[in-house]
Amino acid sequence: MDRLKLLREAVQSLLDSGRVEGVLALRAEGPASTPHLFRPGDSLDDLVLWPKYALPRTLDMLLDADPDVRLGMVTRGCEERGLIELAKRNQVDLDRVEPIYLACTAEERDECRCAWPYPSRIDVGEKVEGTADALVEEHEKLSLEERTRFWQEQFARCIKCYGCRTVCPQCFCEVCVLEEDKWVETGILAPPFPSYHLIRAYHTVSKCVGCMECEQACPADIPLTVLYTLLRRDAEEMFEYVPGRSVDDPPPLVVETMWQGV
Amino acid sequence: MEYKNVLTTCIYCGTGCGIYLEVLDGKLVGSLPVKGHPISEGKLCIKGWNAHSFVYHPDRLKTPLIRDRKGGELREASWDEALGLIASRLNEIKAESGPDAIGVFTSAKCTNEENYLLQKLARAVIGTHNVDHCARL
Repeated sequence: MDRLKLLREAVQSLLDSGRVEGVLALRAEGPASTPHLFRPGDSLDDLVLWPKYALPRTLDMLLDADPDVRLGMVTRGCEERGLIELAKRNQVDLDRVEPIYLACTAEERDECRCAWPYPSRIDVGEKVEGTADALVEEHEKLSLEERTRFWQEQFARCIKCYGCRTVCPQCFCEVCVLEEDKWVETGILAPPFPSYHLIRAYHTVSKCVGCMECEQACPADIPLTVLYTLLRRDAEEMFEYVPGRSVDDPPPLVVETMWQGV
Repeated sequence: MEYKNVLTTCIYCGTGCGIYLEVLDGKLVGSLPVKGHPISEGKLCIKGWNAHSFVYHPDRLKTPLIRDRKGGELREASWDEALGLIASRLNEIKAESGPDAIGVFTSAKCTNEENYLLQKLARAVIGTHNVDHCARL
């Protein structure tokens, strides 16, 4: 049976249950889809599957807006992992979310160069295995000097739109260090190499689940996911930590700094 | 709780990037890029990402302001009074120094039609070709 029909049925069934006030999903609007809160009684004819948006970011905002609201959310693998990392940092209360778990198709996986295109439980869709990121593999063949030059050239194109920061569900700080003149001088393009992008990388390591939203939002087409995939791999090798794997895994930055008495 | 997105075009320059305005319970709360948009292709600049932010800003001007004398304070005025003052001063300046003493600044924030009307006002009513726009940065 087709995936969209099954998803609409699952959303309808959750809305009918009365357990949630609405279900956060994607709705067709203009040339694309948008995040949208479907409520009981709404038609689901314009509920769509793609292109995806950073739904955990929207969910975080909606849960904050009303402390009593309980919502459903169509949840892909990356989005489940994102919610888990947000929950660990007290940004999202998982008891207030009822996910409908959606597996990505091979085409969606390929578009995101995704290594983990399915959630821990699948309600709609069929599991496809992850793929290796060809850009990461290419990058690994470079020497240290070539890598530095590569990122220097990439980051020189940055127009400081802050889109990577703004779209990221894991960038939830109310005061962002990237807006401090001390680190990133106002009115100067491109941002200082490499501090802007390394500050962001350090701040998202152990939180970034590779949802690709930053890279897709980048007007300069900087392959940001390559950087974050490599950092994620480092975190796994050094701390056996995989962002989003389990709500019970403590983040290494917290554990390590506790050990070291920081 | 009601949350939806409304498709529109960024008002900050003439590029015409697609924007979704996020509306939560009737209030504007954010801007999102439009994936698959023929012009902006799911990307925005820093102005586009913040296109919603002036709407409820306390500094936003909601009425015309008039300064009665040089160095004086600005005071709120009605549109009739403000437009009347502009028309009479433009006439005075044109009579004293000729139409080329006047320049007209249009805006990338305006629609094509509004910009057309403004250049028409400059050329046909005031009588000058001094027309320029804010996007000449």
